[in-house]
Amino acid sequence: MGKKCPELNSGSMSDISFLLLTFFLLVSSINTDMGIPRRLPPPIQPGMVPPEVHKRNIFVVKINSQNNLLFDGQIGDLKALRDRAKEFLSNPQNLSNLPEKETVDVPLLGSMQVSKGVISLQNDRGTSYDMYIQVQNELMAAINEMREDLSLVKFQRSYSELGNEQRAAIDKAIPASISEAEPTKVGGNK
Amino acid sequence: MARFKKSKSEGTPGLNTGSMSDIVFMFLFFFMVITNMRESSLYIKIKVPQASEVQKLEKKSLVSYINVGVPNDEHKYGREPRIQLNDQISEVSDIAEFIENERAARIEAERPMLTTSIKADKDVRMGIIVDIKQELRNVNALKLIYTTSRRGKE
Repeated sequence: MGKKCPELNSGSMSDISFLLLTFFLLVSSINTDMGIPRRLPPPIQPGMVPPEVHKRNIFVVKINSQNNLLFDGQIGDLKALRDRAKEFLSNPQNLSNLPEKETVDVPLLGSMQVSKGVISLQNDRGTSYDMYIQVQNELMAAINEMREDLSLVKFQRSYSELGNEQRAAIDKAIPASISEAEPTKVGGNK
Repeated sequence: MARFKKSKSEGTPGLNTGSMSDIVFMFLFFFMVITNMRESSLYIKIKVPQASEVQKLEKKSLVSYINVGVPNDEHKYGREPRIQLNDQISEVSDIAEFIENERAARIEAERPMLTTSIKADKDVRMGIIVDIKQELRNVNALKLIYTTSRRGKE
């Protein structure tokens, strides 16, 4: 053995790697993409007739250009919307002014009473996007709560813990039927 | 014995900093894995609305983004909300071509699973969103997600 090799000073190495770390922290973004999923209706084919829906099966929700909410024919509060939507979709007492139900054979669940109710959402071109999202969120919350309840009754588990097949069954028993009407143009064209 | 005592009083031995870089590198790799590069810089301001009923985007590679917001540079693009596709300010009529390009970039089996994410500022009016939705319907891009941030359930 000849000369002894002097020990390498590795203290600055951590400085360099810290520099790299900071660089990556700055140029990258943590994946935070979440959102409310929706499905648009397919484009209208010529000669297609919109299906007739009985009046009792429609729950009309309107938002005007001043971000006021209207349902049941009167100005309503965002907080009340969720309960009202749940009541409309579930119709627990089978009232005659709330939607009818049809018996559908759902896999895994047997025959279920599926509501024929449709929530019709109409907004103005001047409605703010935030308000629109809040209303969508409340309606989704109503549907999600009902799915959660059914899931707990049928599978004794939370909806989020279900497998794909079970989830599809629940979705079929409680469909997310929100229809969006053509918007009004009171708040200008922009 | 005296010699032994002397060597002890020389002060604390130098800390070995060699493994520090290993730890930092580990951090580095961790961040490289969980984050993703910013693909394009935004020319518009976006502050997404909050919602509680959110779902995570499943496959990030199958998402095309439509950004809507007020431009940062109002001398160049005006004060009205504009659409940004990829890295340029666009018009509503450009969406059809954009979706076509997004589809062409994917293999055929993945095309029906393409999702469009609308990332809009919470202060924009619905008019522009409605136009985008109509345009998406026309090109049959029906899977849609409104990007929001998460708010705790009440």
